[in-house]
Amino acid sequence: MSFVILLAGTFSKQPRNVAYALSQLTLIGAAAITLFTMDGQVSFTFSNMYVDDLMGDFLKLVVYFAVAIALLYSRSYMNDRKIETTEYYVLAIFATLGMMVMITANHFLTIYLGLELLSLALYAMVALQRDSARATEAAMKYFVLGALASGLLLYGISMLYGAAGTLEISGVAQAIYQQAGNKTVLLFGLVFVVAGLAFKLGVVPFHMWIPDVYQGAPTSITLFIASAPKLAAFAMAMRLLVNGLFEFAEQWQSMLMVLAVLSIVLGNLAAIAQSNLKRMLGYSGISHMGFMLLGLVSGVVGGDRHFALNAYSSAMFYVVSYVLMSLASFGVLLLLSRAGFEAEALDDFKGLNKRNSWFAGVMAMVMFSMAGIPFFVGFFAKFSVLQAVVAAGYIWVAILAVVMSLIGAFYYLRVVKIMFFDEPLDATPISAPADMRALLSLNGIAIAVLGLAPQALMSLCAYSLLGSL
Amino acid sequence: MTGIPFLSLAIWVPIVGGLLALASGSDRNASVARFVALFFALAGLAVSIPLYTGFDVTTSSMQFVEAYPWIPRFNINYVLGVDGISVLFVLLNSFITVIVVVAGWEVIQEKVAQYMAAFLIMSGLINGIFSALDGVLFYVFFEASLIPLFIIIGVWGGANRVYAAIKFFLYTLAGSLLMLIALLYLFMESGGSFNILDWHQLKLGMDVQSLIFLAFLVSFAVKVPMFPVHTWLPDAHVEAPTGGSIVLAAIALKLGAYGFLRFALPIAPDASHAFAPLIITLSLIAVIYIGFVALVQTDMKKLVAYSSISHMGFVTLGFFIFNPLGIEGAIVQMISHGFVSAAMFASIGVLYDRMHSRQISDYGGVVNVMPKFAALFMLFAMANSGLPATSGFVGEFMVALGAVKFNFWIGFGAATTLILGAAYTLWMYKRVVFGAVANHHVAELTDINNREFVFLAILAVCVLAMGIYPFPVTEVMHASVNELLKHVAVSKL
Repeated sequence: MSFVILLAGTFSKQPRNVAYALSQLTLIGAAAITLFTMDGQVSFTFSNMYVDDLMGDFLKLVVYFAVAIALLYSRSYMNDRKIETTEYYVLAIFATLGMMVMITANHFLTIYLGLELLSLALYAMVALQRDSARATEAAMKYFVLGALASGLLLYGISMLYGAAGTLEISGVAQAIYQQAGNKTVLLFGLVFVVAGLAFKLGVVPFHMWIPDVYQGAPTSITLFIASAPKLAAFAMAMRLLVNGLFEFAEQWQSMLMVLAVLSIVLGNLAAIAQSNLKRMLGYSGISHMGFMLLGLVSGVVGGDRHFALNAYSSAMFYVVSYVLMSLASFGVLLLLSRAGFEAEALDDFKGLNKRNSWFAGVMAMVMFSMAGIPFFVGFFAKFSVLQAVVAAGYIWVAILAVVMSLIGAFYYLRVVKIMFFDEPLDATPISAPADMRALLSLNGIAIAVLGLAPQALMSLCAYSLLGSL
Repeated sequence: MTGIPFLSLAIWVPIVGGLLALASGSDRNASVARFVALFFALAGLAVSIPLYTGFDVTTSSMQFVEAYPWIPRFNINYVLGVDGISVLFVLLNSFITVIVVVAGWEVIQEKVAQYMAAFLIMSGLINGIFSALDGVLFYVFFEASLIPLFIIIGVWGGANRVYAAIKFFLYTLAGSLLMLIALLYLFMESGGSFNILDWHQLKLGMDVQSLIFLAFLVSFAVKVPMFPVHTWLPDAHVEAPTGGSIVLAAIALKLGAYGFLRFALPIAPDASHAFAPLIITLSLIAVIYIGFVALVQTDMKKLVAYSSISHMGFVTLGFFIFNPLGIEGAIVQMISHGFVSAAMFASIGVLYDRMHSRQISDYGGVVNVMPKFAALFMLFAMANSGLPATSGFVGEFMVALGAVKFNFWIGFGAATTLILGAAYTLWMYKRVVFGAVANHHVAELTDINNREFVFLAILAVCVLAMGIYPFPVTEVMHASVNELLKHVAVSKL
């Protein structure tokens, strides 16, 4: 397993360049190990605490990738602001470790452990900018609410333990299948598990922390929070709900359906009113997660599980594309920021096309993609989820979702409008290191290329899920 | 699937050209972008011409078919093909692209490369819409074509351009999103096929047909635009630069009407019959009421925009009286309107470039200083009012004839357009061109230069040729229209 290497990253208490290089090396090394040990077999290890399957391997690779990109994007930003960068890299690697644990967990407690490792690292990252009142406040909020959510999750888990007598995920599934244990208690536990999960995904009504944390945290941290952890949360949902509590699919589907619809509605409506781009992207993230949940709720229809693979793989495709878009959008924000200047208000994007038409183009692609306009990957993400929703027979949910995407299109368009139609307020040329420019360009191109040829990624998602259902 | 893939070429040549024009750089060497754009626009036209010359008019089946798997996971295929209806629009679109590139030649001085690129990319995407035989492929082209036009209106438009651009985008997006649901539903019903031709064979219950028809109706009615969802069009037209208006009127409006022919009528024929009275009523309102609205406009572009809505009302009317005359007339009307509205907007553009005003009251006596222009403009105004021997007459006459066959009073209502059209167009023409020279700005006008003369003259030739001898156009569509009517006549319940 890959954990040993990850831990090595924490001993690099060297100057920040070394820390940066080491953490990137760690990620690459971990990715390589994951790649070479991938054999398509489902195997359990550490007395059944961890599972190694294709879904886990695929998600882990994407997480390494996302974290590596995030670190690269944030490097010059963190250096400019003289935020404790060594600690930043160490925390990032710890967070990654937490995500790995979550992704490969086969035990409720392991999931909880990974989640806490991730969350604690994230709380600390948000607070890294010690002298910023907003960042500290955001960290505090995040911590208090996060602790509450962890408590809920743990409470739910204890209920499940009480009813099923085991905490091993496959064991719980088996216990439910054999109808052992009190169903009421199990369902009660399920409610709390879903609530804890919803907090991590940031869906309504457990979304309160998202706007404040996104806005308050330094942009590079927001970038981090808005990318890889979403994948981990998706993995957690798959492990808990699909691997563990699949017998209760109808029950958690109806809960998630409510959460999903509320998130799509509230996320899109609230995003319209934002003048701060980070906050706007926070709300838009809420609606995206809602959309992803729509994929999860379309898996089982009236006891029929034929739709499951299609539905879950479309949700997975959605979350992977979202991470890609999210990285690119915050990447552009970081690109425009420089020492002593934070690009986060919508007005900071005015006339970007005149200042730098290439990156204005990249940002426009990201926005159109998030709005779900073809030929960008966001369209196919929405398409595959909607297709699963219609297949499951929820036509009206699909109609509501598209109406809300129309509203969403408005605020994404506004960003494009500001970049292309308005005059620049600020003529400073964009200064960013070449590696960041190159990667950001690649990121933008990837969004377009995956929009033209989504087949490979879609099949990868479906294929990696095959073994886990 | 033999020989050269002309349809793919017609789509991708302009798109590649657009990207090259975009890459060709800044405003300092703008002429490079211009020549790259012109070259690729002409190349796009050149690869479209074999579609017509090689077209087999005796069959209604799809021709020049190309099929490759695109996203096998959802059985989405890259299937292209044209029948007698769509081939005409591919040609029209490729032709108009050349006109637009020439019309924007010196007029656009800012961000020339981006301007030319937007038009070329849009041209390719629109060819894709007309030739796509896969529902998702159609939808993807349909939506993607909004982006270039949005940028065109927003960047090179008039004073209120941002409002117009966003209104345009959201209106059309609102329509098309419902269509997406309908497409997904058809995918389920047909057992996992996105092929439009498969959908034509699908049996559907009346409830389902009605819902699908309504979804398509919302989506295409916005695009046509039909009364009462037409309000985005005057705004978009007024604010768009000349090239944008030309493409919008000549091509983009045809997408909605084409959608009716390709989707709504053959997939949901029973619902089409059931909703026909509604559509006919809305069309007549568009023809008559919008005709009156056009009469009172003080802005030339707005006037032509309203006249476009009125003419498109004629088109939808022609579709929903379900006889060959009506449908063929409507298609002829669409092609003709493509030429005429392009010419009208180009002419207004010529005036606007000199005076920077679109108000009718700022003009008067233009004929005294711009005689060549006045002559050509006269021809276009005549065509717009549907005078015999111009292309405008053929389509209107056919539709009116079809409508009279269907119901005398509907035909009567439709025919009033000949009077109204003449009234608003010629009255505007009179106020702008005739009379004494109105003010010193008009007195300082210079007549059209060679570039302007060439593209206006080419349009004039098209308008006249189609008016005098429309047979080459109707011949091509004949078999396909009959096939379409066969689909519509058979109940699918």
